[in-house]
Amino acid sequence: MAVPILKQGPYLIASIQSALTDTDVLQLRDDVMAQVTRHRSRGIIVDVTSLDVMDSFVSRSLRSIAQMTRLRGAETVIVGIQPEVAFAMVQLGMSFEDVQTALDLEEGLALLQAADLGP
Amino acid sequence: MAPDAAERIAIESDADVVTARQRARALAVELDMPSTDQTLLATAISEIARNITTYAERGDVVIDVVRDGRGRRGVRVVARDEGPGIEDLERALTDGYTTGGGLGLGLPGARRLVDEFEIDSTPGQGTTVTLIKWARRG
Repeated sequence: MAVPILKQGPYLIASIQSALTDTDVLQLRDDVMAQVTRHRSRGIIVDVTSLDVMDSFVSRSLRSIAQMTRLRGAETVIVGIQPEVAFAMVQLGMSFEDVQTALDLEEGLALLQAADLGP
Repeated sequence: MAPDAAERIAIESDADVVTARQRARALAVELDMPSTDQTLLATAISEIARNITTYAERGDVVIDVVRDGRGRRGVRVVARDEGPGIEDLERALTDGYTTGGGLGLGLPGARRLVDEFEIDSTPGQGTTVTLIKWARRG
């Protein structure tokens, strides 16, 4: 199932609605890259609130999205990682050190806006 | 109580990987497993089922409920394939080692997420991974 991507001002919001297959995740990556280019977006929020599992493939793909968009001058923030999912990711050995995260959509937008107003 | 039926899920596509972890979680819910443990189990299954589609193309996952000597129940997952097998099991269980282009966290990561983990592999014949997550209550 495709992940809807909404444009909100200079930002894109990708809101994951249900469990993702690997194909869906790769599609999301390609869609985000295409839309960042089309809209000249400065930031992307990927909302994973509804994901009950983030295995190594999903984690690696989200990290790729963050790295790829950064190379295009846009910051990605992953929001809504559930507590159990965070626990499983740490046990799995999946680190998100180089990826920005925030509690929820609101915090994620605040983070992007702060970065935009920054030095 | 009726004997717990085993459920077999054919793994041939990435959608089957999602199905396998959802079925296992449903069984974990039936055993009143805490939600964190459900997530650890589902994540572990995702890793080992993906190994099937990545390396062997097809195989299956069998999920059932097992009991230990003290009557404690757990979810057992057996993932089998007849793929290329693993030449060096010790390395395959080491963080960061991969022959599939991933992060090399699949097998070692899955092992950390469950209570019991066994792997049996014969090069040229296939791989079987068995894992168990115990419910905390009897």
